[in-house]
Amino acid sequence: MAEPLLEVRDLKVHFPTEDGLVKAVDGVSLSLGQGETLGVVGESGSGKSVTFLSVMGLITKKQARIEGEIIFKGQNLLDLPPEEMRNIRGSGMSMVFQDPMTSLHPYYRVGDQVVEAIRAHQPIPKKEAFAQAVSMLKRVGIPRPEERARQFPHEFSGGMRQRAMIAMALSLNPDLLIADEPTTALDVTVQAQILDLIDRLREEFNASVVIITHDLGVVAEHCDNIMVMYAGRVAEFGDRGDIYHGAHHPYTWGLLQSITRVDQPKTERLRPIKGLPPSLIFVPPGCPFHPRCPYRFAPCDVEIPPLLSPDGKHASACHLPLEDKERIFQEEVEIRA
Amino acid sequence: MGRYLIRRTLFLILVLFIISALTFVIFLKLPAGDPARRAAGRRATESTIRQVRINLGLDKPWYVQYGRFAKGLIPWPGFFLNEQVYFSYFNNVPVKEQLYSRIPYTAVLALGGAATWLLLGIPIGIVSAIRRRSFVDRAGMVFALFGVSAPVFWLGFLFLFFFWFKFNQWFGWGFPPSGIPTEESLGTAVLKGRFLLPWLVLSFTFAAFYARMVRGNLIETMGEDYIRTARAKGLSERRVIFKHGLRAALTPVVTMFGMDMGYLLGGAIITETVFRIHGLGDYAIRSLFTNDFPAVMGVTIFASFFIVVANLLVDVAYAFLDPRVRYQ
Repeated sequence: MAEPLLEVRDLKVHFPTEDGLVKAVDGVSLSLGQGETLGVVGESGSGKSVTFLSVMGLITKKQARIEGEIIFKGQNLLDLPPEEMRNIRGSGMSMVFQDPMTSLHPYYRVGDQVVEAIRAHQPIPKKEAFAQAVSMLKRVGIPRPEERARQFPHEFSGGMRQRAMIAMALSLNPDLLIADEPTTALDVTVQAQILDLIDRLREEFNASVVIITHDLGVVAEHCDNIMVMYAGRVAEFGDRGDIYHGAHHPYTWGLLQSITRVDQPKTERLRPIKGLPPSLIFVPPGCPFHPRCPYRFAPCDVEIPPLLSPDGKHASACHLPLEDKERIFQEEVEIRA
Repeated sequence: MGRYLIRRTLFLILVLFIISALTFVIFLKLPAGDPARRAAGRRATESTIRQVRINLGLDKPWYVQYGRFAKGLIPWPGFFLNEQVYFSYFNNVPVKEQLYSRIPYTAVLALGGAATWLLLGIPIGIVSAIRRRSFVDRAGMVFALFGVSAPVFWLGFLFLFFFWFKFNQWFGWGFPPSGIPTEESLGTAVLKGRFLLPWLVLSFTFAAFYARMVRGNLIETMGEDYIRTARAKGLSERRVIFKHGLRAALTPVVTMFGMDMGYLLGGAIITETVFRIHGLGDYAIRSLFTNDFPAVMGVTIFASFFIVVANLLVDVAYAFLDPRVRYQ
């Protein structure tokens, strides 16, 4: 296998607060190849956003204790001086955020905001950058891009703003696009359009994509690999088939069961996962999911389950024996999901 | 925008009309003592008082009286503050003459003060916001707390005592005192630094207030999503702060500044009194104490005019600063 584009090794991001140390990310490892799409799934507070904000260098060592390695194109980003990290941000990797209503600066024209991104990395004249910006807006499917580029964000709809954000993110042809809940704030119909757009652009730009979401349903058809996070740790990692047709972690099962299916007759109520996500200051001992897990047994509240992979690619952090995992999935989860 | 401006101008006229009417009622119709009797002097006989009343037109019906004053407020040569109506009841000096000679002093005081407080307040606010919880931030905020709580008259005397009186004793030099000799022109007074202490004192409270406001606004803005976007684009931190953060954080400051300027152009009463500057504020307070109605009317209308115009300018400026604001 070729060297992955992005490799995160045992990343820990801990925020010191007055109430205690918030372990937002606590030992996450992952790897992402060129042109791949990774879906990162988890509840609020599972550490999915923090992981990738750290990858982007948007969480600094001033704000948090960051340990581990983030290797992007062979370089450990955590060792880079801020100035070099700044150069990579926006051109080597870029990010699209959850709420397009607030993510664009309300005082500047949309085109100018794209121009600014281009000129932060390429010393080209404004006019040329503007032409590039317009063509980017066109590529993300904004009609009348020439005119739209001269408008302000408040003149755009939510979906159009998110397209503009994507145009801005892709304007320097980055190798990695991180989309942090890119569709959460949008209408359902627009969600699908935006995800299809990201798909199409990934091919056009030959970029790797990370889609962060709390909805397993969203990433179903758009991701090669899926990483499920819980309480700052990886609960399960596998390809699309592994997760949807043979998930090994009780938390993933819970997520699968809480997907709303609109393509099948409604037979019974959704089954929410009982309980609340744990405090990241006082993480439960052992497996952090054990207080909410219906399948917990002896070692769960004592021993942290390691992320193990019987076949070398599908990994899960759960003490249940593999046979049990497969049996429970078939008997209880698959029929419902 | 054109229609909006016309509407606002009409509104301005209405406001000034109401203010003039209220001033008239308060000072001529509900005064503490008979204005004619006061104007006639202490040892006036009844017939003198009657004569004075006729001379001042105070014997006419109220609407005629108000009409005379109102006519004098129409901004037209010959009408505006005409000397038949607008003269001091005490020394017969035309109000217009007084106002026109005093406005430059107040303007210099207000503009210099404004420059000082902006130069002090905004940088302190920015540095405090960026280096939050640092020593600089703490020091800046202690200054701000002190500044907003120190009364201007006390601060004025304190400054005079130290910077002028004590500095002279200790080092043989001190800031020039600011009471401006009558023969000295305004330009010379400025060049001689007579305004330095008044500017500092006047700007102190404002600087403190602005520092807090800029700090608060900037801290809030730097937490906005679009700041994260700006960083994600790979912009330098300097550009993120100054182009993206400050732009949004300073817009409300512009509003504040416009209103403060409008207010101060009507006269900084305490500063002018402490430093013996013959500006509008000084005139206002003298006229009030002597119940000199035409002068009170003149100075009130000027002060209100500055405030209303400043408000209008702020609103217009807002449309340029914030693209989301558009006036119909």
